[in-house]
Amino acid sequence: MKKLITTAAVMAIGAAIGLSSMAVQAKETTIDPAADREAFRNFFKKHLGDKIKLDDLKDGVYALDEDARSQWEEIEEFPPYEIELDKGEELWNKKFKNGKSFADCFGKDVSKIRAKYPYHDEKTDTIVTLEGDINKCLKDNGEKPFKWKKGKIADLSAYISYEGRGQKITTEPKTDKAKAWYDKGKKFFYAKRGQLNMACADCHVYNSNRRIRGDLLSPALGHVTHFPVFRSKWGNLGTLHRRYGGCNKQVRAKPFKAQSDEYKALEYFQYVMSNGMEFNGPGARK
Amino acid sequence: MRAVCRIASLSKISTVAASVLTLAGIVGLSSAALAGDDKKADATHEEGKKLAFDKKKGNCLACHLIAGGDQAGNIGPPLVAMKARFPKKEDLHAQIYDARVKNPNTIMIPFGPHKVLTDKEIDKVVDFIYSL
Ligand code: HEC
Ligand code: HEC
Repeated sequence: MKKLITTAAVMAIGAAIGLSSMAVQAKETTIDPAADREAFRNFFKKHLGDKIKLDDLKDGVYALDEDARSQWEEIEEFPPYEIELDKGEELWNKKFKNGKSFADCFGKDVSKIRAKYPYHDEKTDTIVTLEGDINKCLKDNGEKPFKWKKGKIADLSAYISYEGRGQKITTEPKTDKAKAWYDKGKKFFYAKRGQLNMACADCHVYNSNRRIRGDLLSPALGHVTHFPVFRSKWGNLGTLHRRYGGCNKQVRAKPFKAQSDEYKALEYFQYVMSNGMEFNGPGARK
Repeated sequence: MRAVCRIASLSKISTVAASVLTLAGIVGLSSAALAGDDKKADATHEEGKKLAFDKKKGNCLACHLIAGGDQAGNIGPPLVAMKARFPKKEDLHAQIYDARVKNPNTIMIPFGPHKVLTDKEIDKVVDFIYSL
């Protein structure tokens, strides 16, 4: 009897899935980031229901699930990233061989840095990221640049993010060139890839708030507010591009290099989607 | 957490129970017909189950609740009463081979065309799933 009854549920669920996956695809012809963002937010409003406030998505999966949230709040009382945060502060204060320091590149007020990034630079027609500028500062001062995905770059980025908590994302493409970068990132986000043939949107839009095996899938809205992230799985802090690489590998796609044009465009797109949300990095995740 | 979800979905299910009574006949018949083949089928089921549960192969549990597996995801529908859903075995094979035929935007892996599972492996998975 039980078997029979479940058949109806299967059909009902099937129908529900069919509906929800049609909703989000945005228009192709004009590049209109503000309209895309509105559609994106509206999708999540419907998809997640009234109980979840969109702005709480800066906390990722922890905004979705009470149990996980209380575990997380305990973790945050003694944050696992604390030692790396201290190392980041030391790096900030350390003098280069030429006597200068990061403050000479970024300005003295460390709390004002995080929210400037990422942005499109019209002259060089590229996306400037916080990590990119950290290494640019080192090179400009005759220092050896950091490795891109973890270690010192993540420590310093975590310190800058921590000091910049509470400010809001302002990333917004205004020129045609900037919009072209945005569009490149958007296409990446919605494109199926890898042997397993999945798009970022498959997991983090259409099926967010569902479980893939034991993992609750975070909504893409708010993805970028809290990087770098300390993952228990990594045992240390990692940058956004490290996470992108991991998510590409999961679907057996070849990951791109950290700070490649592909990931810079993707980062830019994700920031534009989360424009207006609060920075609260670094984060702690499973 | 998982227990809670199951209970929730069961209660939803019971409300629609009345509307499915017509299906009762179908399933009742086909499971009676299969009873004789059970022993022979067991070995293939076991292989199919392994392929279905293996994270490097089918990994169906990533998305589907399947009896006998734990930590199942809930992206796809629970795989139950498969004979009622797919009276023809070929249709079940086709669904697993390439789910895009029915739903072009599906998240389900195109196991056949992307060579995640061979045709033979899909046959075994089908045998297992068909027994659910
Ligand atoms: C097969 C499913 C899947 C695909 C496809 C996928 N991810 Fe993920 N992603 C996960 C899982 C599982 C996690 C960990 C749980 C969570 O936070 O969502 C995760 C985590 C993340 C996080 C960290 C979230 C946080 O709060 O710290 C980001 C950012 C992310 N993914 C971005 C992407 C992007 C961008 C793509 C496409 C390039 C992508 N993912 C593709 C499954 C996927
Ligand atoms: C990444 C997610 C995912 C994986 C992995 C996956 N499926 Fe699916 N499956 C789905 C979704 C979603 C549906 C709902 C229909 C659709 O969107 O295509 C579905 C539908 C089905 C159906 C049709 C159910 C019905 O009642 O109509 C069958 C049968 C099925 N899957 C079997 C399998 C088997 C067997 C495997 C492993 C070999 C598997 N799936 C792996 C996501 C997945």
